[in-house]
Amino acid sequence: MTTATAISLIVNGERVEAHVEPRLNLADFLRDHLRLTGTHVGCEHGVCGACTVRVNSEIVRACLMLAVQANATSVETIEGVSDSGEISDLQNAFRERNALQCGYCTPGMLITAQDLLKHEAEPSRDRIREHLSGNYCRCTGYQAIVDAVAATARLRRGPKE
Amino acid sequence: MTRKKAGKFSVLDRPNSYIGKTVPRPNLDRLMQGRGLYVSDMELPRMGHAVFVRSPHAHAKITRIESMSAKKMPGVIAIVTGPELAAVITPWVGVLSHLKGLKSAPQHAIAIDRVCWQGEAVAAVVAISRALAEDAAEAILVEYEELEAVTDMRTALDPETPVIHALLGDNLAFERIHDAGQVDQAFAASDAVAEADFIFGRHTGVTLEPRAVVADWNAAEARLTIYQGTQAPHMVQNIAALHLGLEESQVRVVCKDVGGSFGIKVHIYADEMATYALSKLLRRPVKFVADRIESFNTDIHARDHRCRGRIGVKRDGTITAFEIDDLTGIGPYSMYPRTSAIEANQVVNLVGGPYLAKNYRARARVVFQNKNVMCQYRAVGHPIACSVTEGLVDLAATKIGMDPVEIRRRNLIPDDAYPCGSPSGLKFEQLSHHASLGKLVEMMDYEALRTEQAALRKRNVHRGIGIASFIEVTNPSAAFYGVGGAKISSQDGVAVRLDAQGAVICQTSITEQGQGTESLTAQIVGSVLGVSMDRVRVILGDTDVTPYGGGTWASRGAGIGGEAALQATKILRKNILDVAAAILQSSPSELDIADNIVVNAGDGAARIELRELARIVYFRPDTLPPGVQAELMATRHYVPREYPFAFTNGIQASWLEIDTETGFIRLLKHWVVEDCGTIINPQLVDEQIRGGVVQGLGAALFEKCVYDERGQLTNANMADYLVPMSAEVPDIDVGHVVSPTLESELGAKGAGEAGTAGAAAAVANAVNDALRPFGAVITEIPLTPQVILKALGRI
Repeated sequence: MTTATAISLIVNGERVEAHVEPRLNLADFLRDHLRLTGTHVGCEHGVCGACTVRVNSEIVRACLMLAVQANATSVETIEGVSDSGEISDLQNAFRERNALQCGYCTPGMLITAQDLLKHEAEPSRDRIREHLSGNYCRCTGYQAIVDAVAATARLRRGPKE
Repeated sequence: MTRKKAGKFSVLDRPNSYIGKTVPRPNLDRLMQGRGLYVSDMELPRMGHAVFVRSPHAHAKITRIESMSAKKMPGVIAIVTGPELAAVITPWVGVLSHLKGLKSAPQHAIAIDRVCWQGEAVAAVVAISRALAEDAAEAILVEYEELEAVTDMRTALDPETPVIHALLGDNLAFERIHDAGQVDQAFAASDAVAEADFIFGRHTGVTLEPRAVVADWNAAEARLTIYQGTQAPHMVQNIAALHLGLEESQVRVVCKDVGGSFGIKVHIYADEMATYALSKLLRRPVKFVADRIESFNTDIHARDHRCRGRIGVKRDGTITAFEIDDLTGIGPYSMYPRTSAIEANQVVNLVGGPYLAKNYRARARVVFQNKNVMCQYRAVGHPIACSVTEGLVDLAATKIGMDPVEIRRRNLIPDDAYPCGSPSGLKFEQLSHHASLGKLVEMMDYEALRTEQAALRKRNVHRGIGIASFIEVTNPSAAFYGVGGAKISSQDGVAVRLDAQGAVICQTSITEQGQGTESLTAQIVGSVLGVSMDRVRVILGDTDVTPYGGGTWASRGAGIGGEAALQATKILRKNILDVAAAILQSSPSELDIADNIVVNAGDGAARIELRELARIVYFRPDTLPPGVQAELMATRHYVPREYPFAFTNGIQASWLEIDTETGFIRLLKHWVVEDCGTIINPQLVDEQIRGGVVQGLGAALFEKCVYDERGQLTNANMADYLVPMSAEVPDIDVGHVVSPTLESELGAKGAGEAGTAGAAAAVANAVNDALRPFGAVITEIPLTPQVILKALGRI
């Protein structure tokens, strides 16, 4: 059970080959093995959302998934979606609205918000609050985050005719 | 609504000033792209990972620790017990001399012979990875002989209850008694007296990044570098040096990004001390990052209070007297170095604080228990004092049939009565209770809400309005800790210099945990100097680099560190203009700096760019007139002296609905008006208020560390300990009244704790307002569905 297992996956567009212990979770693999420390560890039991990443385009809690389960998948972290420019408008809205303080929840919050914005063009404030309700933020009180997500949705819809 | 400083020209009113403007914080991209550097991200060569074996018992003798087989496990560097570590680090006692009578027992970095709460460390494992250290920790056998645990604060002082620390004689850590005015006569002369027991759930900070430290002892340099997410680097430096037998010059504390603090990270914990000592013992870097269970079991808890309160009132609404008897259980030790008596002391200080009533009697008792330690957490004591005071005021209003707004209008200290004092001895420079109340009533459209509430009640929809006024301690002077003997600086320093390209580097001793310290510092420096913010780089969180100072806690960063930045920058500005005058053969009074350029004070015409001035000063000083020596760096320190604390004030309101079938509360809206003096960045202030409110809402509705009668914490995980998430909290409207403190040129007071101070009180009052038709009164938080249904007699 503790023998290292070979895995092969795509992380932020790059092929990664590694030998990992079966017990290693994806969050620790990304942080400790690949030094992608933007994926944060908050509760390690799937409640806080700080370790949210995308696996094959779906958001997952990296602390609840084993690295071996990520074999043959494509994983995207905050570093990847930042460098690709995919969420630069959302990041701008977070900056303008001061939708982060300590920043520890922010990578997970951004990836979760982007997931909503990809699927829904006009989410209501309640809908945004509901979608983000698995991501804990102790600093902001959430309102600024909801504002920033709503502003990004408006911008992406473009000016109304 | 601004109170201007009469006839005083302010450097803050300069053209292009950033003061009072919303500008985005610098360096947010780093955090948004996942490229911050939190301590938990750090890795040093040869670094060992520390894991602690912790007591499963609340109170027990350690009879044997067997670690032979664990020591042979893969990757293990060392296994260290309390007595072994005591050779490297001395124990401490968390007392301060100005809290008369406060006592505590010596506490060790790792327990020796006895454990006093569930979660106390009994051994440390250091291994090459955290996983291997955890494997070895499981193989360590610890035998205990369980002792009776003291868990109920109400019986902690009974003669039949065991004394936790025999050398102290009893379980009483601290007692304060206060008596002002003629309390008995005042109650006798009242038309009505209301009283209640106010009960507060023990809760904790739940910072999203757990406590984390990397200690790196370099034996060859005889120097310890501590990387720690802390609010007070110089305090950590002092304490680490003291207990490791080092000079402060041998300890450097570096604080990079911090994943939330809220007072949790302003203390020094036994496991952090142990990590420093382990590094020294093992002569290599050692990292400790608490996991979530450890966070719940060892991060300080707060607010475990039971407070009996009494209020007297006349038929015309005049409040005659307040009386409280507060009891709190702080765990087995007074926390170090700030002590665990401060919260109860603050409760005594703050009860009745917004009101005119001069008759006030208080007793506060602080007792030891076999639970995790309690200490200062955001808004220390304020939520207790505010909930008791405002709960009593509403009870008094109900007794005489007066509207909650009206009774406050009749009793809040008038805005023109300042300076004045409180019956507990506080000094108020200038507060604005009435202006704040007026603004709040307008913002929430109080009358319309009352009409809506009455209409809904007929349809069996139960909504409530709750109001809570409060005062807040900010900008603490040495009166807070220094006078009691703690080496915790109340002054802060800022060094500001022009670099060789005419940009500005500013080193400040206040710290950043996301409040916006870097932003407010750059805004002040940029405004006073006349340079754009993008030309100002702020450096903080490094005891080798910054001036000496207190850090960021007790709502002190903007008011104290901001004033130091202002004063340092004034000197730099003068020095720059002196050199510019020499270069331009002009006089300093004829020159000014605007938009990174030295200009004519009169017509604003550009004379020389700062970039060019810096080039001349640094590389061609030979071209300056004889005798001219430029000083393009200035340092100033600041500490408040006139007032021990710059009190602020504010008022909050909650609008909520109760489902009387399920007991669930839906928060619909929350309003805050607060007065923090000069506002440097309105957006940052509002976000401090909102975040603070939501922390208070957590306390009001969800958060409680549930201990059983044996001292076992039964909900030490985030699935069972509930925190406010985005779907449960309402939008929060924030308004301001501005009464700058005249003690500083900046005029800023603190804003970081105002939200937390009054949120729970407003919610509790709104709940009782909603339940009025049922005749139920609740004076307990968290207001869980169970508490609501019990009060309604449904369960």
